[in-house]
Amino acid sequence: MENTDIEQRIKKIVAEQLGVNEADVKNESSFVNDLGADSLDTVELVMALEEEFECEIPDEQAEKINTVQEAIDYVNQHTSH
Amino acid sequence: MLSTQVALVTGASRGIGQAIASELGKHGAIVIGTATTQNGAEIINQYLKEAQIKGLGLAMNVNDIAQINNAIEIIRETFGEISILVNNAGITRDNLLARMKDEEWDEIMETNLKSVFFLSRAVLRSMMKARAGRIINISSVVGVTGNPGQTNYAAAKAGMIGFSKSLAREVGSRNITINCIAPGFIDTDMTRSLTAEQQQNLIKHIPLGRLGHPIDIASAVVFLASPAASYITGTTLHVNGGMYMD
Repeated sequence: MENTDIEQRIKKIVAEQLGVNEADVKNESSFVNDLGADSLDTVELVMALEEEFECEIPDEQAEKINTVQEAIDYVNQHTSH
Repeated sequence: MLSTQVALVTGASRGIGQAIASELGKHGAIVIGTATTQNGAEIINQYLKEAQIKGLGLAMNVNDIAQINNAIEIIRETFGEISILVNNAGITRDNLLARMKDEEWDEIMETNLKSVFFLSRAVLRSMMKARAGRIINISSVVGVTGNPGQTNYAAAKAGMIGFSKSLAREVGSRNITINCIAPGFIDTDMTRSLTAEQQQNLIKHIPLGRLGHPIDIASAVVFLASPAASYITGTTLHVNGGMYMD
């Protein structure tokens, strides 16, 4: 699967989960600072990523996923997509 | 009133749990009741069937996370996601603290409190997704007033109240409500173990002058599960004939 495809899927999930426009979801966007996520939103976001990419993201890894790009990197490195 | 809702009631083979399961079913919910034994599950199946309530009796230990996950998977595949959870399962291991054994303490914590954590966590993900859900925890007046011989039971029941308030704050934004019901002395197997003298003594302290019935608790559960209670969260509803007034 192409990297751009992963990027699209993640941006779509972020937009849906946080109730923002997909156009506003940039690679450098921070979930909390730019997209208005609260702590429960970020937990839900991680759960949604786990579901979409059929993986389990441990808490200590989840804490490091604060931006869209970090999510993309994590999925690239840790899943077979 | 509760049609299309899927309700899970733990400890539903008898007493308060049976009344809760029956009432929720009577008001239109699909009801899954759990018991610790297969025999208990059969009893649940039987009374659900007799009352023509759609649902199921399941054998499950509330302090075993693997069994809980398995049960929830069965429910999901058969009926859909759980939208009402009633944590009712509970046991007593009464003893004066000076003589209380470690196991008597641990068994109460596992069955009466840890189970609430396990089950609530297990249903929360789908409730968060649905932006709807009701968790109703059956605490006890003893968790608020204390009772000699029940340090373990009272600690667990008070623990449920603190748990409920915290979780209510966590998931309120997802339209999930968490409440407790604190029954007073209800006429069940659990209170029938008291002597006649103990019962008479108790009744003296109940303004309404009688023990409660399981239906009194079940009616409160139906209310908290209904749309009428959609703005109530983090509270404890006392159903005790006035023996304790908040």
